[in-house]
Amino acid sequence: MNTSQSKKQKKFLWISVLLIVLMILMFFISLNTGVIHISPGVVLNTLLNNGSDRQELVLFDFRLPGIILALLIGAGLAVSGVILQGITQNELADPGILGINTGAGLAVVLFIFFFQDSLSISNSLSIFLMPFAALFGAFLAALLIYVLAWKKGVNSIRLVLVGIGVNAGFSALLTILQLKMDPQNFRQVTVWLAGDIWNANWTFVMALLPWMIILIPMALYMANKLNVFSLGDEIASGLGTSVERERAGLLLIAVALAGASVAAGGAIAFLGLVVPHIARKLVGPIHQLIIPISALIGALLLMVAETIGKNILAPTQIPVGIVVAILSAPYFIYLLMKSK
Amino acid sequence: MRSIINHSNILKTIIIIMALLAIFISIGISITFGTTDIDFETIWQAIFHFNQNDTSHQVIQELRLPRALSAALVGAALAVSGAIMQGMTRNPLASPSIMGVTDGAAFALVIVLAFMPTMSNMGGMFASFLGAGFAVSIIFVIGTRSAGGLTPVKLALAGVAMGAILRSISSIISLHFQLEREMGFWLAGGLDGTTWTSVQILLIAGVIGLIVALFISKSITLLGLGEDIATGLGQSNILIKILGIVSVLILTGAAVSIAGAVGFVGLIVPHITRFIMGTDYQWIIPSTAIFGALLLVLSDLVSRLVNAPFETPVGAITSLIGVPFFLYLARGSGGGK
Repeated sequence: MNTSQSKKQKKFLWISVLLIVLMILMFFISLNTGVIHISPGVVLNTLLNNGSDRQELVLFDFRLPGIILALLIGAGLAVSGVILQGITQNELADPGILGINTGAGLAVVLFIFFFQDSLSISNSLSIFLMPFAALFGAFLAALLIYVLAWKKGVNSIRLVLVGIGVNAGFSALLTILQLKMDPQNFRQVTVWLAGDIWNANWTFVMALLPWMIILIPMALYMANKLNVFSLGDEIASGLGTSVERERAGLLLIAVALAGASVAAGGAIAFLGLVVPHIARKLVGPIHQLIIPISALIGALLLMVAETIGKNILAPTQIPVGIVVAILSAPYFIYLLMKSK
Repeated sequence: MRSIINHSNILKTIIIIMALLAIFISIGISITFGTTDIDFETIWQAIFHFNQNDTSHQVIQELRLPRALSAALVGAALAVSGAIMQGMTRNPLASPSIMGVTDGAAFALVIVLAFMPTMSNMGGMFASFLGAGFAVSIIFVIGTRSAGGLTPVKLALAGVAMGAILRSISSIISLHFQLEREMGFWLAGGLDGTTWTSVQILLIAGVIGLIVALFISKSITLLGLGEDIATGLGQSNILIKILGIVSVLILTGAAVSIAGAVGFVGLIVPHITRFIMGTDYQWIIPSTAIFGALLLVLSDLVSRLVNAPFETPVGAITSLIGVPFFLYLARGSGGGK
């Protein structure tokens, strides 16, 4: 037992190191590509405070916030997916498919819609308020799905189906709402909804960072509960877990992570679904290990997607959510075919 | 769902006649509303005593009448597609939009628009036919290859994933070729810009699709008893399924090429029809056509009134009607296990 545990921990360590190395590599690749690219040497020089003003401006004000935002959003969505799959015991659960992302998106769009005259979208106050709007929408969506799927308890199949329906309803409302906006906001919202790290700047990073700093450690802290859940509800309550209360608490964390990510990055679907599977393949079923690895993979994947989206059809920039969907939906179909 | 009527064919015939009457009335109402409201007498005049110099007559003949008729035909085509799909798969969630068939057709249309912008209406319809076929075959492969077959949940999820892929690729193409507006229209669905040519295309495709559907309707009823029983009764299930798929592709392809991806019509109308008409597909097929036509004419009317003078995509309206229904199904037969 002890040897197998230390083996697992070793594996966990070197996978983490490998992922971090890949992320650093991706960081340089991402900076070396794009409309205004900076070579790795210049990046290092600029980071060491030896760059020209222009280089500093491009690196610190344009590229770095986008990359950090991608890291945070990727990690947030991935951890949200881990928790959702853990508590529903459904490996096809994902904040995007369940309609939580769309709920958050709808709330943000409503927020922009009603305050578009008094606040500009890039105004820093509204940026800090946006996660709250998104959170509110995400919670509302989660509540709605839970209530609608309730029929003497919640069964995970019904939960997914109800989620798909709620998602479609929110999307329809979004379409109607979008068409009522003025053309400039309409375009911005359309691109944002496709999952874009739009106008990334430090304000967005600062608005998102506190959420992630609080929520991801909380998820880690509760990771053991997820392990217990995977034994099934009956054994879990037999082991002294008050199942419904723990589930509700974890659900709140997952929804908050998804909501905050959507506020900053738009409705990026499938990321929260696919990443936990990869993580489980790499480190096994223990959630204390799955959560950090998922956060790393999610962040890496979103960085890769962002770089692909920026470059593959340049000068056309493809929203990162679209790239993520194309990369991960086939894997989802594969999972679907395998599942019973 | 059980039918509320048992075996009274007279009652069924009366319902069909009433529904047809309702279609005529709603087409009439649909034509009266618009940027300028036109009274019924003028509509009558415009249709039967057309006066070239009267602007309202022109508006009716050139814009509103073809639009209302297209709405009716698109609704009928999508509803019949849904009925065939649900009948053949015995899956309550089967329908063109849930299975990503409409997304496939819209995807093909975006490709045509980007790479062959000069293609004719007929060519567009053919492309959308191919796109729909592509989506159907992928869902079919997923179904046959997957462990435990294509259950309602899997079908819905596969449709979501397929739709996401196809829509994503469509978005990329449209971003690159700056076709966002056109694509937005196809993905949301709308009847803006329909002409008499649209009506012609829909009519041709609709008649062919409907004849095939009626031809196999008896066999679909038998399939409902289970494939083994149907085979035992001497039926060639493969032939029936091929004919069924062909008619779905023709109907959905034509509908999407004219009105874009209008969702949920093909899902809800067959359920309502079965509820009223029972399980006999010889009744279900023609009745879904009529109820589908009625639903879309009314939805189109709502889509123009809800935010006048601007149009709301009719697909958004049908989704809002369809989602509660979908949720009802998800709580019942679809997710009851």
